Amino acid sequence: MTATLPTLPTSTAAATRTLMFWCPDWPITAALREHALPADSALALVDRGEVFACSPAARQDGVKRGLRVREAQARSTGLVCLPYDPSLDDRTFEPVTAAVETIMPGVQVIRPGLCAIRVKGPTRYYGSEAAAAGVVFQTLAAIGLTDVRIGIADGPFAAEQAARATDQLDDDVPQLVVIPPGESAWFLGSYPLEILEQPKLTVLLKRLGIRSLGDFAALRASDVRNRFGIEGALAHRQASGLDHRNVVARTPPPHLDAAVDFEPPLARIDQLAFAFRSRAGEFVDTLREAGLVCTALHVSLHTESGESSERRWQHPRWFDADDVVDRVRWQLQGTNASDHGLTSGVSRVHVVPEIVENLSDHADGLWGTGPDEGIHHGLARVQSMLGHGAVLTAVVAGGRLLADRRVFIPWGDAEVSPQQAAKTPVKDRDQPWPGRLPGPAPATVFAEPVAAAVVDSRGNTVDVDARGLVSADPAFFSAERDGTPQPVHSWAGPWPINERWWDPSGRVLNRFQLVDHSGSAWLLLIEDHRWWIEARYD
Amino acid sequence: MQAARLDSRLLPTVPALARILPGGGIQSGGSYAVRNSATLAMALLAGPSATGAWCSVIGMPDFSVEAAQGLGINLERLILVPDPGSQWLTVTAALVDVVSIVLTRAPEHLAPTEWARLKARLRQRGAALITLGAWKQSDSTLGVAESAWEGLGSGTGHLRARRMKITATQPSGRLRHAYVGLADLQGVPADGSPLSAPHTPPAPHDIGSSALFEPQLVRSS
Repeated sequence: MTATLPTLPTSTAAATRTLMFWCPDWPITAALREHALPADSALALVDRGEVFACSPAARQDGVKRGLRVREAQARSTGLVCLPYDPSLDDRTFEPVTAAVETIMPGVQVIRPGLCAIRVKGPTRYYGSEAAAAGVVFQTLAAIGLTDVRIGIADGPFAAEQAARATDQLDDDVPQLVVIPPGESAWFLGSYPLEILEQPKLTVLLKRLGIRSLGDFAALRASDVRNRFGIEGALAHRQASGLDHRNVVARTPPPHLDAAVDFEPPLARIDQLAFAFRSRAGEFVDTLREAGLVCTALHVSLHTESGESSERRWQHPRWFDADDVVDRVRWQLQGTNASDHGLTSGVSRVHVVPEIVENLSDHADGLWGTGPDEGIHHGLARVQSMLGHGAVLTAVVAGGRLLADRRVFIPWGDAEVSPQQAAKTPVKDRDQPWPGRLPGPAPATVFAEPVAAAVVDSRGNTVDVDARGLVSADPAFFSAERDGTPQPVHSWAGPWPINERWWDPSGRVLNRFQLVDHSGSAWLLLIEDHRWWIEARYD
Repeated sequence: MQAARLDSRLLPTVPALARILPGGGIQSGGSYAVRNSATLAMALLAGPSATGAWCSVIGMPDFSVEAAQGLGINLERLILVPDPGSQWLTVTAALVDVVSIVLTRAPEHLAPTEWARLKARLRQRGAALITLGAWKQSDSTLGVAESAWEGLGSGTGHLRARRMKITATQPSGRLRHAYVGLADLQGVPADGSPLSAPHTPPAPHDIGSSALFEPQLVRSS
């Protein structure tokens, strides 16, 4: 057979000495911290209906990974079930990584809870590998992490197994296993094949009578490669303690957020905007130096009495310094009720870029980026005069009443912002909405219904009874604004609208269309025996 | 009478209105007052909007976006400032800078100097201003003189179609008029293809209980 096999990395030198530190059950630790639960509570994190991770207390009750939630709750009656949030793990592990990076460079986060460090440099600096591990223990204990396991061996694979082997140690000694250089193959020799996490290869090797990593490592490398290909060869190197993987240190991310503390706290918006302006400029400059622009921003304001106001702002293009200051100001002014309500002076403003994009994706073209940029600048000017919610775009939504069918969106916000969706979910226009208006839409829809009077030929107010029958034909109609009754030319109705009959806040009303003698048409509502003008066809 | 300026670039205009407007269409830099009809004001926006221009509506909280969409106004390029408060002039001037056509409620009072400045800016930017409500200072005044609705009986049917007599003042002071239906006022995109019908005629069961009063003959085929 002459087909060329992929070449392996030819480094025959000993694998990188690696220190692997492991915080067991990191998702649990993160969730306990986030939700401020006691450390010994029985907690399970649930992912798609199955237990993803569980705390030691829950494990003692027989809960384990992969169990259905119902089954886990049956085994442990006091079990707290929370949804598993991978981003929470990353977020809470970030301070741990940052703490270790202050004492040793080149930390690689394998996953939240498991980190590899190239140990050669720290060994020389701290004197020995055990001393370097001791410094890591101390650093992590200082930020409140006590259950940390460390393994040091040749290569990340062996080091991870060494860190897991600390289970065999007593609780009162440091949880550290150091495999001397060159002995990783011997250390791994007694492990079963499953830890390679290659199920197909494992099954095949077992059928061939190979049961441990030691047996596998004893095979000749060239034979393994010929028989099992590149995957088998790499696994063989792992089993022989010659891990092909290297420790790839991460570059610590730049700090892009900006915070300003005010002492004494500021109570006036113009003072705050002025004080924050220079910091906002630095914030945008930092982003620009990193080659980024920010398109979504999270602003949190804290007051001296402990209140806080949080809001996410989006931008149709990207934030410049004035935009950032405007958003802080609008958030303080409170364009709607939900984000207002600070009662004392602001002591801290914190701005976090939520979405950053590459500057080059947003660069202006040689001849500008078209008219839309000018539009945005003009509208941003009006917004800074009148407030964020004063400049709107609109979409037509579903609904029975005309006022429900239009949804206004502040310029620059996403079509449905999360806050808005929680308050007034935009209804699907394609639903049937029984009772909606047929025919052409009226051109004037009153934001507040206008009171009206509709009387029959004898001067009595026209009413609709519970069965939907009209008491008499409408003969005269007047908007109470001007009050002169006009004869009705033609009319139609009542068209009943019964909104949310199961809900006490639902409405029961009847709708009429009516044309007066001047030829203008009106859309009227009768609710609780009172007439209102909903809209006018003018 | 001599024209106020040399060039008379026209914004795209709905054909039915172009026939009666002075100069044969909405002139960039012009100002138009619409006396009594929001539909007519929307129809003036519909022409430019259908060809991709940005439009703006200032100080009209009662503006019906659904009717606007029905007349062919592109809602994605429609900016609403329902409540400019005391800063009407500033906001209008700022929007005249960036959009092609501005629809606004006629201001209570505007000093002649302010109006002259706004007019100069309109001309410079090539935008047009449409006010809803009578306003003497505008170039031309449009209005609905007569209107008749079809489809409504006494207690039966629903509003289906409308015929209007539209008038427009000429610079000479003469009135021109046209009889149009609602469909004639729809904006048509630049490629000439008619917009999709905004309101499909409703099926009988959509009409609500009026169907109960209006026996329908169903022909079996």
